[in-house]
Amino acid sequence: MEKRYLHLGITKNVLITIFITMLFQQSLIADELNIYSARQESLIKPLLDQFTESTEIKVNLVTGKGDALLTRLQSEAMNSPADILLTVDAGRLYRAQQAGVLQSIDSSALDSLVPSHLRSSDDKWIGLSVRARVIIYAKDRVNSNQLSTYEALADPKWKNKICVRSSNNIYNQSMVAGMIASQGMEKTEIWLKGLVDNFARTPAGGDRDQIKAVAAGQCDIAVVNSYYLGRMLTSEDENQRDAANKVALFWPNQGDRGTHVNISGAAITKSAKNPISAKRLLAFLAKDSSQRWYAEKNNEFPVRDNVSISKVLASWGPFKADTLNVTELGRNNSSAIMAMDRAGWK
Amino acid sequence: MEISSNLSNTNTSKSSFGRGWRLSLFICSVIIAIPILTVLASLGLPFSESWQHLFDTVLSDYVINSLLLMIGVGTGTLVLGVSAAWLTAMCDFPGRKILSWAFLLPMAMPAYIIAYTYTGILDFAGPIQTLLRHSFNWEYGDYYFPEIRSLGGAICMLSLVLYPYVYMLVRVSFIEQSTAVLEASRNLGKKPWQTLFLVALPMARPAIVAGVSLALMETLADYGTVAYFGVSAFTTGIFRTWYGLGELTTAAQLCAFLMLFVFALIIAERWSRQRLRFHHNASQKKMVRLQLSGWRSALALSVGVLIVALGFVIPAGQLAIWAASRWQENVNSQFLDLLFNSFSLAFVAALCCLLVAIFLAYSKRIFNTRLEHGAIGIASLGYAVPGTVIAVGVLIPIAWLDNQIDFLSRTWFDYPTGLLLSGTLGILVFAYLVRFLSIALNTVDSGLISIKPNLDESARSLGASPSKVLRRIHLPILRTSLLTALLLVFVEVLKELPTTLILRPFNFNTLAVRTYELASDERLMDAALPALAIVIIGLLPVLLITKSILKERLTND
Repeated sequence: MEKRYLHLGITKNVLITIFITMLFQQSLIADELNIYSARQESLIKPLLDQFTESTEIKVNLVTGKGDALLTRLQSEAMNSPADILLTVDAGRLYRAQQAGVLQSIDSSALDSLVPSHLRSSDDKWIGLSVRARVIIYAKDRVNSNQLSTYEALADPKWKNKICVRSSNNIYNQSMVAGMIASQGMEKTEIWLKGLVDNFARTPAGGDRDQIKAVAAGQCDIAVVNSYYLGRMLTSEDENQRDAANKVALFWPNQGDRGTHVNISGAAITKSAKNPISAKRLLAFLAKDSSQRWYAEKNNEFPVRDNVSISKVLASWGPFKADTLNVTELGRNNSSAIMAMDRAGWK
Repeated sequence: MEISSNLSNTNTSKSSFGRGWRLSLFICSVIIAIPILTVLASLGLPFSESWQHLFDTVLSDYVINSLLLMIGVGTGTLVLGVSAAWLTAMCDFPGRKILSWAFLLPMAMPAYIIAYTYTGILDFAGPIQTLLRHSFNWEYGDYYFPEIRSLGGAICMLSLVLYPYVYMLVRVSFIEQSTAVLEASRNLGKKPWQTLFLVALPMARPAIVAGVSLALMETLADYGTVAYFGVSAFTTGIFRTWYGLGELTTAAQLCAFLMLFVFALIIAERWSRQRLRFHHNASQKKMVRLQLSGWRSALALSVGVLIVALGFVIPAGQLAIWAASRWQENVNSQFLDLLFNSFSLAFVAALCCLLVAIFLAYSKRIFNTRLEHGAIGIASLGYAVPGTVIAVGVLIPIAWLDNQIDFLSRTWFDYPTGLLLSGTLGILVFAYLVRFLSIALNTVDSGLISIKPNLDESARSLGASPSKVLRRIHLPILRTSLLTALLLVFVEVLKELPTTLILRPFNFNTLAVRTYELASDERLMDAALPALAIVIIGLLPVLLITKSILKERLTND
């Protein structure tokens, strides 16, 4: 009896030891690339797989929210396993740069691939795709000549006509940050008050929900990122296609500074064990074939004009994008939120 | 029912056994408390200017909305949970047996997923309103339709998926109540309703309080639902302050205040029932259920069916329809990996939580001094803290520790260790432990409280050590409670999102992560498959436990 129990005890201990070792296993090898990505897996993994195939450099991925990944990066400090940080807006890259966790990219090849207003001024990060925030209107109730600029959306004639998502959303924050950069705080505050007065409903849901609400007649216009409309137009769901076909896209501010754009972008971390491979990956993501992939797969715009774009994007015609350096969006982000709080944008 | 004094055995606490036990208790609670203390420590940092801004603008919204949410969900889960428990434990009507496990189904439904699906159904652009407009030729503004994306909507969604906590605990309590007491009440001429309100409910109070407080803590920590519905609650405020304003310190301070609030609630609750202990003798007597007939049984059945339909059948059906339309693209080997990861992670975390919960709850029973109460109070805090904040509370001290070890190792042995703990599954399990321990603890504790102390006394006087009493007497009696605790944590971890997102290792995904990624990209149809998988895996333990509950009743019947 005693012996059997003893035997059982040892087996148990061995199992527990194996189990604990498994839990705390670190599977990191130096010549691999580790990425912290705020861009979700399905929208980046296929490109990374192509990279691995052509270079034989293995790429490991953790996805998550930009700020959470940045906090992880900061607390891990110089021992962080991450080589690259990918984000879906300029604000987070700016914050990472301020936190001092990035190193200079220092690559002339990338300098020529990415226009300067889509890069940080001190060479700490680059944009990899461009996302435009546009006006969507109901074809049957609004005529495109009634529309002109973001500023004009504060006109009382749009009272109870505008749908837009919550001010928690980074794209709205960036849009307001861009407005502060070009118009100054005072004018932006007045604009925000007028805009919020025109809301048809308390902001809720995502950009697609705003498009659907316009299609269903709850509001006449909405402000959304263009790729959501692109994805709805090419959706396999008939309801989404129907809704998307009831609305049309308008490029705001074509007469002056251009439509507000944000970027998704990348940076190399200060702790990167493998900066040379990291640069290769960034160059890979910026080259023509990868840029075309962004346009085809995500309906985002390439960072360069000479890259061909998908049929859906082309159907909206050429547009003038705001050439404000996207660093400003990050710099003004918190003032933008405070202004939105004061204006009562939920 | 018997009201007795606390069981405190001074001999135990003074013996060397007691010292060793209490030392490990102390160490255990300190480790669990570290993430929480990290957050609380933020109160010691200077308060930045953004506080003034919050006071001037949005803070009152956050507080008021969160309080309203608590009142709403508290009432909702209480009414739904107790009715369901009363109907299935004390009454008999056709369909009762099926309902008694069906009432648990909504537990498998994460609040953010039920919110997505109901929005898809009830939104202005959704099928129901569109149909109404088409059939009656209405336009926007011609008719009234409740707005799902509102505070009221959030209360409904959360109540529908959180009431099973109350149901499960109260049902166990009803079943374990001495039938003699209930029969006495009936024999004294009390009507069934009077028996419910005068006898059964007061006796079930520890279970009710435990269940509702679980639901409330989950409500306070909820982010997915309120964010999707655009309700400015305290959690959305925390994230807005962190992500938007970039003020992690202010966000942590907000969170620390939330924790202090919860701590006050826990203390108030414990203080209110400090003098009362509810005990009963395990009864082998056959319980006579109240036979419902005619319109009463029809009403009972339809109420039950309605609750289950709203909380589970309709949203799960919608998910199934969406998933079926896209299954060919989404079912592949990657999906099997997700299944395996989610399942094993949830199981390991649940087991760890259960072991620690038994240890803490039993320590409280045998020593019952301030140390134990303090340890349990701190361990309970984690549940009310949003997962992301727990993750940060884990991340910062662990990374600091790793960096210190690396530094020392470099200076002394000239060998870099790198990060030993950060980015491992072990840290993730630890974070789950901090976050979900309170669920297991509440369940085990409320089970343990209802075991009569004189059982311990007799066993101890016969020379059995406290651990032997635990093994031989309490654990077997508590079987149902233990299984319940295991199940609750398992399902929670399966649904957990924000902690997993931040702390997981490279190339490691779970079903919840995949669901979130697809849903946040507004691809609900694709998100439906992993969401449905969470629901289905969440069902397995639900079935397991109901089987054991039912079996137990059968042997008694």
